[in-house]
Amino acid sequence: MSAPLSLGPARPVPLSAVNPVAQLTAIVLVTGVLLISGDLVTPAVLLVVDLALVPAAGLGRPADLFRRTWPLLFSAAGVAWVNVAFGSLEGAAAWQSGATWALRVVALALPGVLLVAATDPVRLADALTVHWRVSTRFAYGSLAALRLVPLLAAEWESIRLARRARGVEAGGNPVASARLLSGTAFALLVGAIRRATRLATAMDARGFDSGVVRTNARGSVLRPLDGWFVAGAAAACAVAVTASVLTGAWSPVFS
Amino acid sequence: MIGPAAIRLAGWGFRHASRRAWAVRDVDLSVAPGERVLLTGTSGAGKSTLLRALGGLLEPESGDTAGELTLDGAPADRRRQQVGMVFQDPDSQLVMTRAGDDVAFGLENTGTPPERIWPAVDAALDAVGFTLGRDRATAALSGGEKQRLVLAGALAPRPGLLLLDEPTAQLDPEGAALVRATVVRAVADRSATLVVVDHDVESWLPLVDRVVELLPGGGTVEHPPGWRPAPLRLPARRPHPPGEQLLAALATGFTHRGSGTPALLPTDAELRAGRTLAVTGPNGTGKSTLALLLAGLRAPTTGTVRPGPALTAGLRRPDRPPHRWPAGELVQRIGTVFQQPEHQFLTGRVRDELSLGALRAGAGNATAARRAEELMERLGLALLAEANPFTLSGGQQRRLSVATALATSPPVLVLDEPTFGQDRETWAELVALLAAQQDGERALCLVTHDAAVVTALADDVLTLGRPVGVP
Repeated sequence: MSAPLSLGPARPVPLSAVNPVAQLTAIVLVTGVLLISGDLVTPAVLLVVDLALVPAAGLGRPADLFRRTWPLLFSAAGVAWVNVAFGSLEGAAAWQSGATWALRVVALALPGVLLVAATDPVRLADALTVHWRVSTRFAYGSLAALRLVPLLAAEWESIRLARRARGVEAGGNPVASARLLSGTAFALLVGAIRRATRLATAMDARGFDSGVVRTNARGSVLRPLDGWFVAGAAAACAVAVTASVLTGAWSPVFS
Repeated sequence: MIGPAAIRLAGWGFRHASRRAWAVRDVDLSVAPGERVLLTGTSGAGKSTLLRALGGLLEPESGDTAGELTLDGAPADRRRQQVGMVFQDPDSQLVMTRAGDDVAFGLENTGTPPERIWPAVDAALDAVGFTLGRDRATAALSGGEKQRLVLAGALAPRPGLLLLDEPTAQLDPEGAALVRATVVRAVADRSATLVVVDHDVESWLPLVDRVVELLPGGGTVEHPPGWRPAPLRLPARRPHPPGEQLLAALATGFTHRGSGTPALLPTDAELRAGRTLAVTGPNGTGKSTLALLLAGLRAPTTGTVRPGPALTAGLRRPDRPPHRWPAGELVQRIGTVFQQPEHQFLTGRVRDELSLGALRAGAGNATAARRAEELMERLGLALLAEANPFTLSGGQQRRLSVATALATSPPVLVLDEPTFGQDRETWAELVALLAAQQDGERALCLVTHDAAVVTALADDVLTLGRPVGVP
């Protein structure tokens, strides 16, 4: 559970050389095209491009890729299944619609997975505050909060065990499990709020958000590579749409 | 850099909004620039409130202030940039993922130009003796190293006043000693005035110039040089002849799923009726893991935990190991007290908390209620019967969590760091409470760093060591 959530400094991979804001711009482009397109060809072409970037994001080993993407693959399969089972279409058309949806989900989410795998969260916060003028309060506040997520996972386990030690266990009863789960979640929430309050006080004591204009020790630079990366994303989108139109598959959702 | 700060309080007091009693009052105190002061006082005497006030962290709207509090002649909230502060829990103080970035955080906040930040970061890391490098991931550090880094972050802007609020309360003895040595090093040149609040008074005494005690009713007492706190009250020791074996760990080990290094190397341990086993050893040797295995809360990945016949009597499936017992049967046989008492509370009233275990184990309402009354009487919780467990003080919560474990009269009681972070009063109370549980029928297992607890209570000691080759 903690592996996809772990928030250490990411080890540098080739894709890390691209500034996070350039990666985000590329994601916005790809997302826009995917949201408009309603066919199978566009997400398929973009997915091929995404997959070509997978090794650059340090996910070249299938096990690493699966560890990062299993929830995504699972939900894509779910979306496809819902379409086939409950959609209004029958036979091959239903399967094609299911496959289109699954491909769209994967092609939409995979760039985000690559960004997370290749980007140190601190560098992301730096880039957002330096280039896009995102509020430092929001960026570094979120960063500090995100650091607490792995701690929450450990705390969840500890609360669960503590409850068993008190004689509280669901056994096989689904009603009891739901009640136990909500009780555990509540205890976790109480703990999380207390910890967050302490963190806020500590950040306050270190002069965070005290009205002084914050400087950035690491900085964040845009290089020609970043421009090329965004241009490449735009080109990939153009190729995908062209291929879709040429094969006659193009069917934008707003038509 | 501005130089060490002078502190002056005259008739100072603070009352939190929505409270009727003053948290602190009538404090007159002057601290000269560069002086080192240890601030003591019982729980609830307002030590942390005073420290926050000195750090300029008490918002005017959060309560009423009386008297005067100044740093170098100005109100503390106007001198915030001059103050560095360190709190108890290192995990809720680190912001960044890398050591160097975290130390830089405070400097960035004060608008220091980037080219001046990194030399200051290196100087601060050097001042605290942090040698693991700027790029070290903060998440992978031990508690003591994390706290050392927090201290570097507080020192990097060269504060004139360093405030430490129980900086070692959550650390093992090794980590605590590391942090104290770091503080000594950092303030050796008297470039900052130091005010420390810590429950471990004795360890700080050689490092400070003055000891000031906050009195619970208001006012302060200055202790003369050479003052020492009253010795710990230890309960009388009685001989405990070993009885029947209740629980045994046979080459029991544990490795987390997906982890290459074992959390606990194969270990033998036995719990006998009437005896108290203390499990000690440095951090990271698997003490708490062993406690969870003995308590039937986790399944060992190697070896077995074998219950004796006295413990399995009455079980529906006596052939099963403790971690497979249904929770209702487990609570009647093995009670566990966790390090964080709050994790174990399930109800909104102390009274309900104490009858819950008996109800779960199948006792009737009347029996459960009677048992709860008796426990509250015996453990001094009677006055708190209607209180919400989450609102109790740390010491009261600790007592309640021991009481909840005792409510089902389990023959085995496993406690993880029962005295961790407690002040002297609470410590003595808890040790007396545990000593009272040592009778011929019951086996106690104490996981602890606290040498005084071992001296006071243990009949047998199991010291876990680090495996060779693992840092």
